Amino acid sequence: MAQYMFSVHSVGEAGGPERTQDEMQQMMAKITILEEEMKSANALVFSGRLTEADTATVVRMSGGELLTTDGPFAESKEHLGGFYIIEADDLDAALVWASKTTAAVGAPIEVRPFWEMPDA
Amino acid sequence: MRGVDGSPAVDAAAIGRIFREESGRSVATLIRIFGDIDIAEDAVQDAFTVALRRWPGDGLPPNPGGWITTTARNRGIDRLRRESRGRELLDQVAALPPDDHVPGTAQELVYVEDDRLRLIFTCCNPALSTEAQVALTLRLLGGLSTEEVARAFLVAEPTMAQRLARAKRKIKAARIPYRVPEDHELPGRLRSVLAVVYLIFNAGLTSPAEPSLCLEGIRLARILSALMPDEPEVAGLLALLLLTESRRASRTAADGSLVLLGEQDRSKWDPALIEEGRAIVRACLRRNRPGPYQLQAAISGVHAEARSIEETDWVHIVALYDQLFAISPTRVVAMNRAIAVGEVQGPAAALDLVDELALDNYYSFHATRADLLARLGRDREATIAYERAAAMAPTDAERDFFRLGGRTRPRPRD
Repeated sequence: MAQYMFSVHSVGEAGGPERTQDEMQQMMAKITILEEEMKSANALVFSGRLTEADTATVVRMSGGELLTTDGPFAESKEHLGGFYIIEADDLDAALVWASKTTAAVGAPIEVRPFWEMPDA
Repeated sequence: MRGVDGSPAVDAAAIGRIFREESGRSVATLIRIFGDIDIAEDAVQDAFTVALRRWPGDGLPPNPGGWITTTARNRGIDRLRRESRGRELLDQVAALPPDDHVPGTAQELVYVEDDRLRLIFTCCNPALSTEAQVALTLRLLGGLSTEEVARAFLVAEPTMAQRLARAKRKIKAARIPYRVPEDHELPGRLRSVLAVVYLIFNAGLTSPAEPSLCLEGIRLARILSALMPDEPEVAGLLALLLLTESRRASRTAADGSLVLLGEQDRSKWDPALIEEGRAIVRACLRRNRPGPYQLQAAISGVHAEARSIEETDWVHIVALYDQLFAISPTRVVAMNRAIAVGEVQGPAAALDLVDELALDNYYSFHATRADLLARLGRDREATIAYERAAAMAPTDAERDFFRLGGRTRPRPRD
């Protein structure tokens, strides 16, 4: 078993066409069904949806001092909108979940394996 | 010359050939045993060194493939024993039933064939870039050295080594599985395997590198069709490659310039390849589960049986393109269909169809228009179209061809 992080990439939330109330409800319903399926297959480790990227704060060390800045780290139209941590046998199995996830949330999904400590 | 026990003696070149032929099988089996591509590759390389030392004196072992796998397995185990991280792996190796490594037994053969099939689907996993899929397939399954793969694709060896290393790292880190896809995933996954083999063959049409990528493509297609005898598209791909290969030598003149299908010396086409290709096409027809590769092979087969471009059964070819377009409705298929229509109904009908396609960024589109315009006597428009085709041509031979207004030689007096 291996763990994979699915990053849900929200594309251009500010500029793009807003989803209608109906569309939002349909999407939420699909996501709920998918997450139930993930849970009953023991595939879902953890998941979360994030607030808009402009609510982010970045802290970093700069010349020995702590620097705090308002706004997201990457100046980009795409931001992490949410994530899933999934347990699967292999990448093929993980990609099956990923394809269901992209269909439900209507955004591209980046699949990355978790780093594992090499056997000593 | 004979070895000490009377068996045929072998030199380094012969040993190299045998290893290239057998290494795909051995690497595949060792990946299953060790669960690691690098260990498997190193082990086969070690076995190669042993063979270079022993075979010239001892002669060829009775079953060289089995010898390589057994020797490589033992070398791999030795190597793992020396490393601390290898011990745990070794426990797993020891846990495998011993009888599946006995060379030559029926059970071992089944495992080995399954191993190569697993390896193909690992190499051609769509989670890897096409470039990486092609490189891995040639390296691991085809047994080409990293240097040979690099040379075939005109990239520096360190670049190719990096590409292979990155792909292998991803296979390991992301756990790209080493297994044959289940039935419901097979059609999609098989498509990417066939595309890789087709790409390897096509790269060979424009690259003069040795070993010939065309021959590698055919070798891989033969392996696939032996491993998946019930997949008609695998047979279709093999037939298409054989039929294309039958005319490869006639495609270029001695000076490297391009020779059109209509102008090729058909007596130079390879009759054995044509016969083999057409026999496969006939078998596909009987099976009646058509697909894009089978249909392209059928079209190629119609050309192969015609004694000249005029005697070609163009009506049959148009019908096959209709079928192909129904399955894969791409503009490139539509354009090739239009060319065939032109042979039946004349260039004006073809030009009408081609002009609808608007494939402005595709050099063949301009080349086709140029040829049709020239045949209609619209010379000025033809010249412009040839210039556009020349500017986009992928190879020098094709560029020169279009520069000369679609002729392989300058006109005597122009």
